[in-house]
Amino acid sequence: MAKTQADELAVVGKSLPKPDAMGKVSGQARFADDLMLPRMLFARILRSPLPHARIRQVDASRARAMPGVQAVLTGEDLPIKYGILPVSQDEEALCSEKVRYVGDPVAAVAATDEWIADAALEAIDVSFEALPSVMSIDEALAQPGEPIHPRGNVHKAVALEFGDTEEGLRSADHTREDVVFFEGNTHLPMEQHAAVAQYGQDGKLTVWSSTQTPHYVHRALGKVLELPMSRIRVIATPNGGGFGGKSDIFAHEIVAAKLAMVTGRPVKITLTREEVFYAHRGRHPVLMKVRTGFRRDGRITAMQFQSFLDGGGYGSYGVASTYYTGALQTATYAIPRYRFEGVRLFTNKPPCGPKRGHGTPQPRFALEVHLDKVADELGLDPVAIRRRNLVQPNSQTVNWLRITSCGLEACMDRVVADSRFLERRTAMPSGRGLGFAVSSYLSGAGTAIYWNDMPHSEVQVKVDRGGGVSVLCGAIDIGQGSDHILAAIVAEVLGVSLQDIQLTTADTDLTPIDLGSYSSRVTFMVGNAAIAAAQRVRQRLAEAAARMLHCESDELSFRGGQVGRRDHPGEAISFAQTVQAAEAGEGLISASGSYTPPKLAGPYKGSGVGPSPAYSFSAAVVEVECDPRTGEVRVPEVWIAHDIGRAINPVLVEGQVEGSVYMALGEALMEEQTFRIGVHKFPSMLEYKSPTTLEMPVVHTSLVESLDPEGPFGAKEAGQGPLLPVIPAIANAVYNALGVRIDEIPITPEKVLRALAQPSRRVGPKGVPRFAFPSPIQAARPPEWEGK
Amino acid sequence: MKVAVRLRVNGQDTELLVPPYKTVLEILREDLGLTGTKHGCELGECSTCGILVDGKPFLSCLALPLDLEGHEITTIEGLAEGSRPHPLQVTFAELGAAQCGYCTPSMILTAKALLDTDPHPSRAAIQQALAGVLCRCTGYLKIFEAVELAASRHG
Repeated sequence: MAKTQADELAVVGKSLPKPDAMGKVSGQARFADDLMLPRMLFARILRSPLPHARIRQVDASRARAMPGVQAVLTGEDLPIKYGILPVSQDEEALCSEKVRYVGDPVAAVAATDEWIADAALEAIDVSFEALPSVMSIDEALAQPGEPIHPRGNVHKAVALEFGDTEEGLRSADHTREDVVFFEGNTHLPMEQHAAVAQYGQDGKLTVWSSTQTPHYVHRALGKVLELPMSRIRVIATPNGGGFGGKSDIFAHEIVAAKLAMVTGRPVKITLTREEVFYAHRGRHPVLMKVRTGFRRDGRITAMQFQSFLDGGGYGSYGVASTYYTGALQTATYAIPRYRFEGVRLFTNKPPCGPKRGHGTPQPRFALEVHLDKVADELGLDPVAIRRRNLVQPNSQTVNWLRITSCGLEACMDRVVADSRFLERRTAMPSGRGLGFAVSSYLSGAGTAIYWNDMPHSEVQVKVDRGGGVSVLCGAIDIGQGSDHILAAIVAEVLGVSLQDIQLTTADTDLTPIDLGSYSSRVTFMVGNAAIAAAQRVRQRLAEAAARMLHCESDELSFRGGQVGRRDHPGEAISFAQTVQAAEAGEGLISASGSYTPPKLAGPYKGSGVGPSPAYSFSAAVVEVECDPRTGEVRVPEVWIAHDIGRAINPVLVEGQVEGSVYMALGEALMEEQTFRIGVHKFPSMLEYKSPTTLEMPVVHTSLVESLDPEGPFGAKEAGQGPLLPVIPAIANAVYNALGVRIDEIPITPEKVLRALAQPSRRVGPKGVPRFAFPSPIQAARPPEWEGK
Repeated sequence: MKVAVRLRVNGQDTELLVPPYKTVLEILREDLGLTGTKHGCELGECSTCGILVDGKPFLSCLALPLDLEGHEITTIEGLAEGSRPHPLQVTFAELGAAQCGYCTPSMILTAKALLDTDPHPSRAAIQQALAGVLCRCTGYLKIFEAVELAASRHG
């Protein structure tokens, strides 16, 4: 299927409107907050005003007495802890003993309208005992007062080594060490999180939620509410933007469900924009140190990488985030010896988690500016040093990542040629600069959050005697186009049009599982499950058609709503007639398909983060225009190439690439999630700067199709990877323009001016704190690296 | 306390009895069932709640109903003619200019206001006209192209 020629395809590979497009442009798409149910109540959550405090007492008696208030919940009503990862079950939907960040939920109200609910929050009296708060990585390590969690402020410390890196550094001709910092930032989806819950007298709970991960919400509701999962139905509504920000389990989802159970009435809760900033689970602030040895010709001999993650108040995805800061350095460069040490600290800030690129944009920034600096020292250009080290197709990295298709070199060639990078970078006019960087990302995490042997994606296809095709799958469209992937693949295999497909998605009662819209997994995994299901249906239809057309079933083609003999174009019957014949013969025609990624994790502890059935690759050149008087950096033009494997819908892939460039621009130049004694400095869309139409550059997008052997029709991911090279390319371009190194994201005008005024021409961290990492797990290297 | 208001929405006069402090955004969504108008901040910062008032872009989250008596309100639901979509709706769908779709109603209405006064706008004029509407998905480029395509089809 991967190698199918483009001209043999009718739907796949075509830029077509996605199935949900008309609903979205007409205002008919129903987002969570658009749902209105009879007798519905409105809920609000009281949140901690303090970053770290013990809860002495919660008195809700005044609130309970208010007219219109139907229920008030406090910590004692929801005592069971939960968390997205099995190893981090450390959150309470409403805190019972302690609050760990400003915004931590303490109590909740359901009332007949939102104004009454708001007023009732004011009438809840909470007595707090303030505790000293921890606001930074340094403070967390110093551990001055009571730790944030009983086991201390060090959430997770890991260390892995593949080969003797000290020896690799000793044998190098040249070594360099860099320390850089990447400030936290947040997803800022346009839609605030919302959920609606309904509890019937039949004892069944239904929760509609703007979530990227309905399956995990399903699990958590079962655990916290002590209900069998079979009595809970979770329906994910179209997400008005996710970017990772709706992939955790959120207190408001559990609270709405509990309030519906207590009151017997439907309950809706919608977060305010300010609450969304505190709900967060976004980009971790990460301080990094990278030390690499090189031969004179630029080849890497060994690399040591350290990450310090500022995790916020809870675990969230943090263990995975920590490993991700060390996992993919090797996916672009053939590093023969590699050591990674990472530590995540608890701080009294909103918990961090996954944002587009999950844990990899920070180390990618570190690595790509580090390589540019080394290239300068070795007298190489930025492209040459990368070429010396490029990962090869069909290889295995030193940390056991299996690389299959790899269009990295083609991506580099494209952007370097199109931007005339090498010719222009040494001759840029004053204040203008060009920067370059490359990257790689997963096409889905190879291991599930809960390790098990079951499929990660399942699809059911059912055909109707009228010719309609129903496709059922747990996948949720968050704007990335997963509905289109499902519909286009089934339409392609069955030879029908997109309009003949009816989708039912993301409903735990009706649809088979998909683990969720995270880790760029949906196209690859759902796509493969959809192919499997559609091919089974096709086989049964082909047998019926073959009997009618007096031929063998493998002589048939399915195309344009017709099933016909490939060699005798006149001999065909309609798709609907084929279904009727098959149905008359054997009853309902339906089939399912599943996808389980191959077991790829290497033979060491911690190997579960990083493996993917395929990797995407990207390369970018960014042009900047810097004003040395104001420090302002503008980006007029970006060249980006992305190895997509195959574009199932090119216009949607371009949209993912352009959206990634946009988001990278915001992160690189303006966005930051920072706090003053636990209070967000910019908790509004006016103060939290994000790029508008006026900041958006011209973007030259090239898609490289490497046709992945295991991808659906050869496809790989597009949603996250293209963000990665843009941020370091901007930093490298600023250096090219002004000769200053801003080793700290975001690159604000203030930092540029500061660097221009300093003899070092640099702004960035001076070092990393002292921390005793565990002694590294000495992992065996794959056979191809032994002795290197 | 409630006040009687008479609003003209998508060509229809409607009489309502609403609290005077309820915003036009809330009235459209909750009282008139026009949930195509979205909210992103309810502070006038993101323009997700954009509607047209007398043909001009307008933030419904900042307006109270009495302000809009005697004015013509258009929401996204009022753009199609029957079941035939407006050309901007078609081009937004064709070019993938709606990803999550949450800013899309406001983006399309704002673009319509532009095309009504400037049928063949330059790229810079489009960027300027849409600068107040935030989108986190698209990077805006497909949106610019969709507006340009709709303008070119207009002849």
